[in-house]
Amino acid sequence: MRMGTQSYARRKLPCVRPFVTITLVVVFLILSSSQNANALPAFARKYGLRCSACHESWPMLNYFGQKFKDNGYQLMNDRDSPIWQNPGYWPVTFRIIPIWHRVSKGKVEVDTYPGGGSTTPNGTAIQRVTTSGFDLSGLDFHTGGTLEKNFSFYVLPSSDNTASFHFETVMARLDNLFGSPWLNIKLGKFELDNLLSEKRILTLTGNGGIYQLYHFTPVGDGNIFGQMGANQLGAEIMGHSYNDRTRYSAALLSSTNGNVALPYGNAYTGFFAASQAFDVGKLGVDRIGAYAMIGQAPTYYLTQTASGVTSPLAGSGASNKSFHREGFVGQFYFGQHFDLQVVTQHGWDNAWFGQGYGDLINGAATNNNVPGTSLPTGSQAPTWNGVLFEPHYIYSPQLIFVGRYENIQMSRQANGRTSATPSASNFGNISTYTVGFRYNPFMTSRAGFAWHNEYNWLHQDGTGPLVGLNTTNINTSEVLMGFDFDF
Amino acid sequence: MNTLKPVHFLTAIVSFVLAVGISSRAQDAPDVGPHPPTPEVPMESHIGKLTGHSKDAKSDFRRYCAGCHGDLGDGNGENAMWLDPKPRNFTLATFKCRSTLTGTLPTDQDLFNSIGRGFSNSNMPIWNTFSGQQKADLVAYIKTFSPRWQKEKAGDPIKIPAEPPVTIESISHGKALFTKLECWKCHGPQGKGDGPSAATLTDSQDLPIRPYNFADGKDDSRFKCGSTNQDIYKIFMTGVDGTPMPSFNDTIQPNDAWDLVHFLRTLQVNRHSKENDVLKAAGGKIPPYVEKQSEAPTNQSENRAAGGGN
Repeated sequence: MRMGTQSYARRKLPCVRPFVTITLVVVFLILSSSQNANALPAFARKYGLRCSACHESWPMLNYFGQKFKDNGYQLMNDRDSPIWQNPGYWPVTFRIIPIWHRVSKGKVEVDTYPGGGSTTPNGTAIQRVTTSGFDLSGLDFHTGGTLEKNFSFYVLPSSDNTASFHFETVMARLDNLFGSPWLNIKLGKFELDNLLSEKRILTLTGNGGIYQLYHFTPVGDGNIFGQMGANQLGAEIMGHSYNDRTRYSAALLSSTNGNVALPYGNAYTGFFAASQAFDVGKLGVDRIGAYAMIGQAPTYYLTQTASGVTSPLAGSGASNKSFHREGFVGQFYFGQHFDLQVVTQHGWDNAWFGQGYGDLINGAATNNNVPGTSLPTGSQAPTWNGVLFEPHYIYSPQLIFVGRYENIQMSRQANGRTSATPSASNFGNISTYTVGFRYNPFMTSRAGFAWHNEYNWLHQDGTGPLVGLNTTNINTSEVLMGFDFDF
Repeated sequence: MNTLKPVHFLTAIVSFVLAVGISSRAQDAPDVGPHPPTPEVPMESHIGKLTGHSKDAKSDFRRYCAGCHGDLGDGNGENAMWLDPKPRNFTLATFKCRSTLTGTLPTDQDLFNSIGRGFSNSNMPIWNTFSGQQKADLVAYIKTFSPRWQKEKAGDPIKIPAEPPVTIESISHGKALFTKLECWKCHGPQGKGDGPSAATLTDSQDLPIRPYNFADGKDDSRFKCGSTNQDIYKIFMTGVDGTPMPSFNDTIQPNDAWDLVHFLRTLQVNRHSKENDVLKAAGGKIPPYVEKQSEAPTNQSENRAAGGGN
């Protein structure tokens, strides 16, 4: 995420070309022997539907899958209650991805000589570091479904690739209250109602496996609490029309970025989303919507000193400051083979966050807004604008080509022109693209397997080491191949 | 660049191994059915202003439908063995929910409605997320599976007369018909699907089938072929082809059919309905039906579709 210039990236691209060429050849080889693609097999096993019924390509939902989710993982027939299941049915799915990947980070500051820079007058140098090899993704255990008709749940213990577990999702939901699809209540830790879901993203690389737009904060900003892509703790009211053409949601969240045990303070955040789908004839069903995330988070923490070490006191956060993100979402389909997903965002953080106040507990922030603190001269609320384009070409339910381009540009820096250290107008801007494909060699309702290939390139302005008096841009690239499977 | 050459080499090796491996695995995989054949005779459907084309539904059928109905539309998808009731076999062109007389092909609109409505007491989902065009294309595609669609025209929809007012008398008459027509033998005296013949019923493919349980569930969406009173009327006037449920079009007259509809609604004891309101106002009991001598028989032919027949 921090390397090189654009010209450097262009020099690197030809190195990737052989990989792309070979990959395309392999794709055609496979297509020539193509068989029949796939999802959360626990749901597919329950209802007997192919994974492709709910997923454009798993894990990404299609419209029918979104309706199934909005109904509380129910098809709304008389088979929804668990009493219809075979007693041996256990709604658990695991997913893990053995991968090979090559990560190339530009402009890493290293010692000129291993062991330290003291042996030379200029003890550090800037160079690209490239690493490749076989690796693992984290492990997810998905379990979800219905406890009874209109009582649904989802529990997702998830680990990193060292098997260190946390709860990614834990929620229970009351569905169709008063017999109406317009009223459903969810409580727990859950994914925000993003139409283009990061939890169902079709890409896996370090920078391409997330939506940068959903996590962006200006460089040096201490506000980790506005991350739309992270699962959050809270309660949500959601509703939709019978056919899910019209849908809305409103969630009240603790400003903890999904961290349990109330590590911060008493601040809350709201997330609101609404969308409307339209039947556009031969093109399919398109959808447009809007979202807003409006919240507050602490910038001041009480401290405790023990053995001479002073630490912020968990749970004592106060002096809440505001932030918000808002934007539009579009899902445009062009027949059965091509679609384009679009998300825009305008973001705003209070000037205190821009100066690095915020998450002092987990170390993201650097300052504590103790009484009497004042903002440096020239401080201003940082703002930015971003856009995300994600086209899909669906050759068949078994093969999908994915592309993505994200561009986030600062529109106001935290350190303005009157600041002692004013920031360049493009400081922290991000642009990134991702291309890849997923091939499912078989298509049943029992398990999922995808051969995944992907390339990601990310560029960020001004966040590299200083060269002379100027900051530098950073380019990072990653190639990844893996077997994505779940059962 | 030199440092990257091993990467290219490794990529080439891995890609080759994967290509060979996956290709051979695909050939050795368990048989989950062949790809749907390209229909020899392209079919069209016509629903209102929509014209469906079978060629445009091939991908959707494979994505959404083939897992149950099978790539050949014969009801033998890989999930069929786990499902009850079994998925429809489109090669027989026998459909339960029709507006046409028994034995005839359904209209395109009938199939279109079935896709969008789903079947609540089976695994068939409510596919109302499809665009109208998608559903029209799927209707056309379904018609490619049986040669009957090339040889026969769909039947004409039956005419459904206006519904008379709900009265305790009509409910009482409906109950009498329920007994006289021996509906209770399958559906049970209280409509719970537990009549003396219930356990012996099989469908046209000799698979066990359960009669409808009117008493279960709270809402009327559970009716297989629709939720309105007109839909219920249509169900027993056209019959449910491929099941033991006969057509009563030749047996009862339209006003009698409406009386039967009103009585059947009272069997849905958990559902709020005007029929149950009338019954409640009458003290909660259905009085014995007393036949009126002055009742003029309705011209039965009015109930039939013009040019209709089996």
